[in-house]
Formats: sequence, C-alpha cells, structure tokens
Amino acid sequence: MPEFTGPVQHVELSTTLWLIALLPLLGSVTNAIFGRRLQKSHFGHDLAHKLHIGSLGVTLVAVGAMLAAFALSLWHVAKLLALPEAHRFLFCHAWEMVRIGSVDFGFDFALDPLSSVMILIITGVGTLIHVYAAAYMHHDGAYWRFFAYLNLFVFSMLLLVLGDGFMVMFFGWEGVGLCSYLLIGFWYDDYAKASAGMKAFVTNRVGDWGFVTGLMLLFWALGGAWLEGGSYQPDNLPRLAAVAVESGEAEHGGHEAGGEHGAVTAKAHDADGDDAVGHHAKAAHPQGNGTFDFTVLPGAKVYVDGALAGISPLTGKSLHAGRHTLRVVPGGGTDDLEIPSFSVEAGGETMVSLIGPALSFRSLHDQLVVRDAAGHHTVREGLQSKKAWGGVGVITLACLCLFLGATGKSAQIPLFVWLPDAMAGPTPVSALIHAATMVTAGVYMIARLSWLFALSPVASGVVALVGALTALFAATIGLYQYDIKKVLAYSTVSQLGFMFIGVGVGAYWAGVFHLMTHAFFKACLFLGSGSVIHGMHAVVHGEAAAQDMRKMGGLKRVMPITSRTYFVACLAITAAPFPLFAGFWSKDEILWRAFTTENIALVPGALIYAIGLAAAACTSFYMWRSYYLTFEGEHALPKIATEVHESPAAITWVLVVLAALSTVAGVLFGFSTHLLGGHGEPMLEEWLSPVLQHAVVSFREGGLGLEYALMALSVGLAIASWALAKKRYGAGRPADWAAREEGLPLFDAIQHKYWVDEAYGAAIIGPILKLRLVLADLDKWAIDGIVNGAGVVGRAAAWTSGAIDHHLVDGAVNFVADRTFAAGERLRTVQTGRIQSYLYGLVGGVLFFACLGYFLGR
Amino acid sequence: MSSPADVLTLWGHWPAVAAAAVGALVPRGEAKQTRIALAVFAALAAGLVGHLWPGVATGAAPTEWPGLLDLLVVLPIAGAVAVLFLPRQSPKVLRRFTLGVLLVDLVFSLQLLRVPMTRGWHFVSVHEWVPSLGIRWHVAVDGMSLWLVLLTTLITPIAAYASFGSIKTRVKELCFALLLLHGAMIGGFVALDLLVFYVFWELMLVPMYVMIGVWGGPDKIKAAIKFFLYTMTGSVLMLAAMIYMVVQYTKLTGAPSFDLLALQRVLLPREAQALCFWAFAIAFLVKVPMFPLHTWLPDAHVQAPTGGSVILAAIMLKLGTYGYLRFAMGLFPGASGLNTANLAGVAVLGGILYGALVAWKQSDIKRVIAYSSVAHLGFVMLGLFAVTPSSISGSILQMVNHGISTGALFLLVGVLYDRRHTREIAEYGGIAKVMPIYTALWVIVTLASIGVPGTNGFVGEFMVIMGTMVSPRLRAFAGIDATLAAFGVVLGAVYMLGLTQRVFFGPLSNPKNRHLNDVTPRETIALAPLVLLVFAIGLFPALFVDRMKDSVQGFYDHYQYVWGEGRVERANAELLPPSSDPALERGAPPGPGVAAAAGEP
Repeated sequence: MPEFTGPVQHVELSTTLWLIALLPLLGSVTNAIFGRRLQKSHFGHDLAHKLHIGSLGVTLVAVGAMLAAFALSLWHVAKLLALPEAHRFLFCHAWEMVRIGSVDFGFDFALDPLSSVMILIITGVGTLIHVYAAAYMHHDGAYWRFFAYLNLFVFSMLLLVLGDGFMVMFFGWEGVGLCSYLLIGFWYDDYAKASAGMKAFVTNRVGDWGFVTGLMLLFWALGGAWLEGGSYQPDNLPRLAAVAVESGEAEHGGHEAGGEHGAVTAKAHDADGDDAVGHHAKAAHPQGNGTFDFTVLPGAKVYVDGALAGISPLTGKSLHAGRHTLRVVPGGGTDDLEIPSFSVEAGGETMVSLIGPALSFRSLHDQLVVRDAAGHHTVREGLQSKKAWGGVGVITLACLCLFLGATGKSAQIPLFVWLPDAMAGPTPVSALIHAATMVTAGVYMIARLSWLFALSPVASGVVALVGALTALFAATIGLYQYDIKKVLAYSTVSQLGFMFIGVGVGAYWAGVFHLMTHAFFKACLFLGSGSVIHGMHAVVHGEAAAQDMRKMGGLKRVMPITSRTYFVACLAITAAPFPLFAGFWSKDEILWRAFTTENIALVPGALIYAIGLAAAACTSFYMWRSYYLTFEGEHALPKIATEVHESPAAITWVLVVLAALSTVAGVLFGFSTHLLGGHGEPMLEEWLSPVLQHAVVSFREGGLGLEYALMALSVGLAIASWALAKKRYGAGRPADWAAREEGLPLFDAIQHKYWVDEAYGAAIIGPILKLRLVLADLDKWAIDGIVNGAGVVGRAAAWTSGAIDHHLVDGAVNFVADRTFAAGERLRTVQTGRIQSYLYGLVGGVLFFACLGYFLGR
Repeated sequence: MSSPADVLTLWGHWPAVAAAAVGALVPRGEAKQTRIALAVFAALAAGLVGHLWPGVATGAAPTEWPGLLDLLVVLPIAGAVAVLFLPRQSPKVLRRFTLGVLLVDLVFSLQLLRVPMTRGWHFVSVHEWVPSLGIRWHVAVDGMSLWLVLLTTLITPIAAYASFGSIKTRVKELCFALLLLHGAMIGGFVALDLLVFYVFWELMLVPMYVMIGVWGGPDKIKAAIKFFLYTMTGSVLMLAAMIYMVVQYTKLTGAPSFDLLALQRVLLPREAQALCFWAFAIAFLVKVPMFPLHTWLPDAHVQAPTGGSVILAAIMLKLGTYGYLRFAMGLFPGASGLNTANLAGVAVLGGILYGALVAWKQSDIKRVIAYSSVAHLGFVMLGLFAVTPSSISGSILQMVNHGISTGALFLLVGVLYDRRHTREIAEYGGIAKVMPIYTALWVIVTLASIGVPGTNGFVGEFMVIMGTMVSPRLRAFAGIDATLAAFGVVLGAVYMLGLTQRVFFGPLSNPKNRHLNDVTPRETIALAPLVLLVFAIGLFPALFVDRMKDSVQGFYDHYQYVWGEGRVERANAELLPPSSDPALERGAPPGPGVAAAAGEP
C-alpha cells in the first residue's frame, strides 16, 4: 500500500463544543413543556410590563439560552484563535448514530474558522433578534410557543453549521426547514399563513431531495466500484490510509507554483504559523519520536502494534520513528480495518485518513488532497474521471444536485418562490430566518464544500449564473412592491444571488463576507420594518394594511430612531456613496472577483459582472424608494402624526446595535491594504484561508486601476439610482406617485412577479394534481375494481353453483327422495293390517314364484 | 448495576431519574395517573437507552433461557383460553386480566435484550411435534426478528388499552381476540419451522377478521371478508410451494423436514425455484401490501376499529415484509435475486410514488394513512429488494418505525373518531385551537412519518436510500430507484402536511368542533410510549441497528453464497452443505452433513 502525504486537516479535540448547540435546545424544550405555565404565572409581571416585553420567565429562558450560547461561542472562537492557523479545527464527538458498512455517521461537531463566523452570526444576531422579539411579540397569547420555536430554530441552525459531516448538517438543514414551517405558520388560524408555511416546507423538501441525491452520488462515486476495479462490493468499508502530514506551504508550492498571484484562496501560510506547528510537535515529543493521530471513525478502538492505543478520536499519540502496524475495531458488526505497515518519521506527524465512501466533510476533504508516493492525487483523479448518468462527470452532477438543495434553502431560481410568501410569519422570524441565517445555509454549504465545487468549473459556472440571474430577477420584482416586507423579501433573494455569485466564481470568502454583512444590514432593515409595522397597527387594521407603504409616509417624524437606523442600513445595502458601509465592501469584492474569475468554464465573468451591476443599481433604487415612501414626505394617513409612536427600548436598541454593525463590519473585515497598493489581505480572507485554501481557483490579474474603475462604476450607478429614487419618491413626491408608476414599463409583469407562481402551477403542480386524481380513480376503479370484480364474479359463480346445486344436484337427490316418498305413499295403502289380505298376498306370491319356477324349468 | 450500593444511590440511573422528574412535572391535565404514567414512561425510555448504550453492559453475557420464546407465544394464547372462563358480566375483570397478560408478556420480552445479539440464533427452543412428517416446534430469534417481537409486545397492550376506552360491547370476545392475535403474531415472528409459521400465519387472520367484522364501521362485513380472502388466497399458494419444497428435501435426504434451516439448503432448478419463489412472494406481498395487491388495506383500515387498525398497520403488515425477508429471500436467493430489479421498480413507482399520490387525493383521514402505509412499505420493500446490508438494516428499522409512527397515527385518528364519529377531512379544520396538546402530538408523529431528521422515520429511510444507491443487484436502476425513492419523501411531506393543514389549521369553521375535548389521560398514556420511541430511535438509532447488524450480515453472507451457487444451471434439486458457522445452524434438524450436536440447542 502506498504511503500518502498531504495537507490533511489537523484536529484539536474539544469536549464542550456540543454545548453551544445544546443550550438553545434546552431553552426550547423548557419553554415547550413549561412555557405555558410560565406565561400564565405572575412571575416578574411588573418588570416585564415596564420593559414592554412578554412573560419574563419565558423571556429569561429563551434569551438566557441565547446569551449563554453566544458566550460559549465566543469562548470557543477565542480558543480557536489561540491555535496555530493549521490547527484551527475543534472536533467533538457526541455519540454514534449509525455505523453499518460504509454508512457511518454520528453526532460529530466541528468548529473551524468558517463555522466560527457562522456561529457568531447565528448566536449574536440571534440574541439581538430574541431581545427584539420579546418586545415585538409581547401581547401574543402563544408567546411561549414562539420562543420555543425560535430557540429550536437556533439549535437547528447551529447543528447545520457545526456538523462535521453531511448528516449532522442535514439534521440542521431539515430542522431549520421545519422551524421555518412552524414559524411561518405561527398564526395557524389564518389558513393562508399556514399554507405559506407548508409551501416553504415542501419547496425546501424539493431542495433537500437535491441535497440527498447529490450526497448519494458522491457516496456512490467514492464507493467500491473503482476501488475494486469493475465488480464491486456494496457497502464496502472505506480503506484506511496513513498520511504523513505536511503543512499547507508544501501543498501550495507543489501545485500552484505556476500562477504567482494565481491562487488567491489557496494561499500560503505565513511563516509564523508554520513555525508554530513545528515547535508544537517538537516541544511535545522527544527526538526520535513522531506524532500519531487517529480521528476518523469516532468510537473505534485503535490498536497500534497490537496494543490498544486508545479510542478514536485520538490525537498527539507519540510513537517512535519507524514502521508500525495498525488495527482498528470500528465496533458493532462492521469489520475490522487494518494498515499492515505504516511509518512514522521523527518529529513528523502521521494521521490516518479514510479513503472511500464517507459522510464526514473532513474525510472527504482529506482524501481529495492526499497524494500517493508517486505524487498523484489518486483519489481526486479517480473521482474526476468518474462519469455518471449520461456521461456527465460525477462531481459536476453531484455539485449540481447539491446546488439544487442550496437553491431551495437559499431561495434561488428555481426554488425561490417560497420566500416572499414566508413573510406571513412574524417579523422577527423574517429577520432571523429569512434574512440573516437560514437562507444563507446554501451559501455556507458551498463554501464548506469549496474544494469540491472548485473541481467542477461547470457546476461553479451554473452557481454563479443562477446567482446573477436571481440577483437581477428578484431586484426587478422589488422595484414596484408596495408591501414593505415584500420589498425586503425580494431584496433578500437578490442579495443571496450576490452571495452565490461570490461562491460560484471561486471567491468563497467574499460570498461568506457578504453573508455576514447582509446578516447585519438585512436584519436591521427587517427589524426596522417590523418597528414600523408595530407602530402602524395603531392606525390601520390588518396585516396587509400595516405593511402597505402607500399608507405610510413621514414616519421619520414619529419614529426617529427607527428611521435613522433604516437609513444607515439602506446605505449599507446600496453600497453608496460612502464606501465605509458594510455592503460596499462585500458586494464590490464579489463583483470584482466575478469580473476576473477563471473558474466558471464557459460562462464569461464579464457577463456575471454586468448582470450583478444591473442588479446592484436596481437594489439602490428599490431600497431608497422604500425608505422615502416610508419615512419621508407627507403622512399618508393624518392620524399617524398623533397615534404612531416610536417602539420600546428593547426594539430600538437592537436596531441601533445592528446599524452600528452594518456600518463598521465591512471596513473592519474587508479592508485590505492592497487597495492602497500594499500586499495585505482582508482580515476575513486571512481568517478563512485554512478552510478555503484547498479549493483550487484562480483569477485573472486585473490591476489596481481597473479595480478602482469598476468600483467607481458601481458606486456611480448606485448614486444615480438613488438620485432617481429620490426624485420620484423623495420628500416632495407627487401625490399621484402610485398612479404614475403604473404606466412604467414592465409594471404589469412585475406586479405579478413575472407570473412565476402561475407558471409553476400550470407546468408542474397542475399536472401532478391531475395525476393524483387519475391515479386515485385508477386505484379505485381499476385495481380495486379487479379485486372487487373477482369478488363479484366469485359471488356470481357461487350463486350459479348454488343454483345448480340446488336445482340439479340436490334436485336429483330430492327427486329420488320424492319419488321414494311417493312410492311409499302409494304402497302404504297396501299395508292394511288385515291378516287375510297378507295371507292372500303370501299365497299368491308363492303361487306366482312356483309357476315361474315351473315354467322356467328350474 | 453490579453492586447493590449502585442501585441504592440511584446515581447510576440518573438519566432515568431526571427523565422521570421531567415527565412528572409536565403540566398536562389534572389527573394524577397521567403524571405518574408519564414519569414512568420517561424513566423507562431513558433507562432503555441507557441500558442499550454500548459499553455499559459488562461481564459475562447472561445465559439464554430457552423457554422464553415458548412462554411469549403460549402465555397470550393460554390467556385467551382463560378469558373464555371469566364472567362476561364483569368487563373490568376481563380488561384487567387481558392487559395484565399482555404486560407480563412485554416484561418477559424485554429479557430478549439482555443477550448481545451476535450472529446466529438465540433463545432456540425445539420440540418434536409430528416426527413422521418432520414437523417440529422450532422457535428462535435473531437480530432481524428481535425488534419486531418487541414491537409486537409493545403495540398490542397499547392497542388493547386504547380499545378498552372506546369499545364497550362484547368485551369478552374482544379480549379473546386480542390475546389470540398477540400470541399468533409473536409466533409468526419467531417460528422457524415452516408449518408452525404457516399455522400462526393463518391463525392470526381469524381474530383480526373478527375484530373488523364485529367492531368495525358500517361496511365491516365486506371489508372483513375481503381482507380474509385476499390474504388467504396468497397463503394457499405458499402452502403448496412449502409442500413441494419438503417433498424435494425428502427426496434428497430421505427424511422430511419443514424446518427453514433444512429447507434453505435445497437448491432447486431454476424454473421450479421461480415458481416456488413467486408462490411465497405473492403470499407475503399481499400482506405487505405491495402494489397492485394493496387494495384490501384501505378498506380494512377504514372499517376496522382503532385498536384493530393499530395492530393491523403496526404489526400484521410487518409479517409480510418480515416473511418476505426471512422466507422468500432466505429460501430462494437465486429466484428473488433475478426478479429483484423489477420488483424494486414496482416498489418505487407503485409503492412510494403511486401510494403517495393516491394518499394525497383521499378525503377520509384513515384512508390517507392507509395509503401512506403503502408508500412507507414501498420503502421497506425497496430496501429488501436492494439486498445490501445497510438497506436491509434500514428496512428492518423502517418496519419498526412504521409500526410506531403509523400505530400512533391510527391511535390519534381514533381520538378524533371517538369524539366526532367521522373521519371525513372536510368535517374538520382549525381544531388546533380547541385541541392544542392533541395537535402537538399529531404534528410530532406526522414529522416522524415524513422522516424529518431527529425522528425515527429519517434514519431508516436514509439507510434504505443509501443502500439502494450502491446496490449491485439493481444494476443500472440503482441510481434511478434511489433518486425516485428520495423524491417520494417530498410527496410524503405534501400529503401528510396537507392533511395536517386541512384538519388542524385555519379558522375553526365547523361549529360541531367548537367543544372538542383535548386528549384524555387514557389517550395520553397510550400515546406517550410511542412518542418517546419516536425520539429514542431518531436520536440513537445505533442502539437499535447494532443489535440487528450481525444477523443482517449473516443473512447477507448466506444470500450471497447461495446466489453464487445458483448461477450454475442444474436439472435436479441439490442439497447445499450446511453453513460453516455453527451459530447459524443452531437448532437445525439433524440431516446429512449436520453434526448431531447441532440438533440440540
């Protein structure tokens, strides 16, 4: 067996990581079981009243769980920061779920730089939104149920990002879908809202189907067929391979030497990091010994040289240099695995990696980066050469299927239709789930699988193109919406499109960056709109009216804090004209990368750029339109001036914090000295590089001048759109602005959202609905008909045979009996009882027979 | 667990204690008995998980008590006979007696968990019955039947308990039927002698026929007869094939035997094997039921009383899937392997997709669930047809899952039916408002039924799909079957959530529903164990899968071996050598090549 080398992922063990996810779950369970009681009790009633929040007990449980989770997340991220760069991977094995053959998964959690960004957003923004919701939902009768769902959602989302493999991720993936279903339909006695929840769940399920199919393809592709050459054994166990760990430097040097500045994400570690690794290993072990790690197959017993070395995961075991044998007992009915001989180098580090079907990201990643003795990426090349249905490369197909899953969760074409309807849920839900966290799951997944997507330029191209088209498509729908939440919903779809452009063109970190900034400013916008809706309920009745911007206007004067934070968030999302605000940094990075990408096969980067630019211009227009219509100008309803008030402190403070984050996060994480002619990288890119470095991507050299020019172009366009919006809808807008809009091009199509729902209804849902009617009838009349027909035929046959039996067979018997009776009846007359008659008969008989005998001669 | 002090401190059982505390504190209803029952169930569930947790069990494996299975089967049947002698005038005594017997059976069945389910047969019990015909009372469990036996001993008491709440007429007959049915079903799962199996297989039809026919809905007689005759037709074919097998075996060895372990050594020529396989397969596929043999099921379910539906869906259908696995696949690997790709296509198109689409259209709640059973059992059968260790394990797990979630769904429908005496979906709407706890339970069970991760439905389906994807037996169709089966999960969400939507959400439009009572203590107690198991299996599937995978692997190895042997075309039946693994031959009748010692358990 060839020895492998490669930059496999180093693992640090953690025993506390799972607590981050557990806390919100506990909060949810507590509120689910005891919340109703808590809400009814008078505990903390006065304080709650003073703070304008709902039941204090319920709030304490829910917000407390979130705060604790946030604190724990910070602590874990700090732990991560303290580690050398290549070691930033905390791993925690909770328990095994299934291990049979190669289907092997358990509750394994992992925290690396990418998931650390995510958990901070989830628990941080999540906590803020919980606080906000405490005030926003305070009058709701099912306050406890709301927070039970909300905490459950956070738990699912944390599972999604903390999962070390597809399965835990899928638990979260479906879990967030479920919570979204529960929360959109939170006010279930409105049938339309419950239906919106169901639409979201089912659409997401279609995406999940893509997810599972992609996973299956990948699993199958790594499976036995190509390992055993031709015929394969199903469920074959993955092989084990000992891998000599090498630092990221060598990987970079060996494979990206060609392009100097080429691989942006496949970036070298800085010298400090590598030194630290070396020191780390040397300091821990005396000369002549090497380190041995076994972190796959958690729970398995590991025997080195015949002696029990420990239970996996097992790190930092010191072995003397030289050759060793390894035997692993995975437990249960799974066969033992062996490595007959592997070597440990003095001062070196040897890890064991799985080769073959695996469900853990790390195992998949590791086997794709290892090289055999001849320097070939055996597994990666094998996988790349494998074809699936129709001769399409299996990686491409798997990536496309996984991307279908992403389009479901992240509301992209073709599965975006559920998100606008999802606005039926309470506004904090829209902010948390349908803007900041859940909908970004697809982006996260692609960033998580960057090393896989980077192997398929076709799939990456599709991701980028779909992202760009969605960005533009949704942005145009947003242009003429009257419902403030609908504007934000389409804006979310559009911004998610930008993120997909980022992860599609290979700028994974930029996609994640936009995910982060978007979480801040979109949460701020949604919560701001919630504050407005909250206020508007004082003057109008009904959900739809409270969200209608035609009934607003001039709210700036009654809701100063809300309007100011909304303004700031608008600046952030439209990226103009102050480059200080968050959206500018992330969106511009994405567009720049799209322009210079070389990773998306046939799709021209400039096309993606142009579509993105148009979408950005639209974004600026509709966001400012919503701002002006809501906050500036005359009050549409005169009562607003007197009856609408600013929201309570719990709401406004959250808005202020989010607005502050929208302001600074961009420059903080995205500024690079490169823009000033230096060589530094943005902080976030630096931070994410250990995760994303194995995605082999390259970008054209553009030059600073071009970058500035493009930046100026996008800023200029944004300002122009802003000016246009201000002219049409600004403080001095004409009273008949709404009527004027109707004459504009495409107004009709946009009002009907391009008839997409109708088209789906006619093309897909309608036929399926018809099909089920046909099948149900088929079942009733044809299949059951045959059975019942058999029954009828049987009965008819029975009746016939009964008739035959009765009339013919039994008839014959009865006939004989009847005749016998009749004969008896006749003969009875003979029996008279007179001796004389009998004697006559006797004598006569004797005479007769005597004569007969005489005449016959006997 | 080892020292008495450990037990005294209770510290070793803290999860159970904690669970009991939470269960007792759940603020549900005023009845004290509900609280106590919930606490006990929670503690038992936690204790079960703790007990099964790998690494906890230490020391030497306890010895197997050979009479255990005999007891499990005979006790309810003896109880049924005893019921005949109890006074009809005191239904309370009858009910308590019946429940008592069922609970004793449950407690004894838990003993099966004390032994590690290693490869081969456990708790083997053999008694000669008709030596001249080679018929023996031969019962045993392995990992494949273990959970089904336990499912039976769990579901029947629940179904009985729920029935006693709603059925007030002819209680004595009901008790008799329940106990007899219970014994027959367990017998069906543990019998390894084909004739004994056949006896139980037919025996269980009678009480179910009575239950549908006596306590059923308006169209009960027709449904009962349809159920009986449909199943009967299949089994007669099976009996014929069985006798043919025995005759062949007798020709080869000189002595007759009805034992599975003996008969599975007979390798028939291809045509004879195909005929026998189909005879067995049709008997089981009717019972499963698989498209297009499924139409008796909706009728039977709609007409059956709640308890009958629960038992029918949760356990009796599993005898079809189990029988197919144990007997049709076990006896005829060659013939089943040749047909398996086509059958898998039928399971996917006719079972999973067709069942889901037809379920979507139904207007009667029970009919929706009945057709959803067709779809779910399509998954189970797909896993069996794919013949990979993970898909078979997934199938067995899915059998248990379906028993739990569909059993719970039928119980829940019974709750509504008891209140409104209608199952028309259109009669309901918005009842979440008046029955919140009921709604919560329904939603949890629905989520389990549509396979949301974290509930039991997910793991089984996932294992089936993954196993199907890599199945070499399905050839080029493996990927298509797996993909379409995965799409069935989408449809499952559509019809189950659609049903939930129409019944529970929206405004409370029907004035008759305005004053519906939420679940009663009896209903809560009946449902609680099932809901707990939904999560126990969903979160800790390894505890359940670990105990079956050795047996599944053993079964799979044997299947592969016979499949390989069967490739050679032969004119006459041949006898394969007995398995080299003595554990797999435990309890086998003496015959050529079998060591005399193997005949004894």
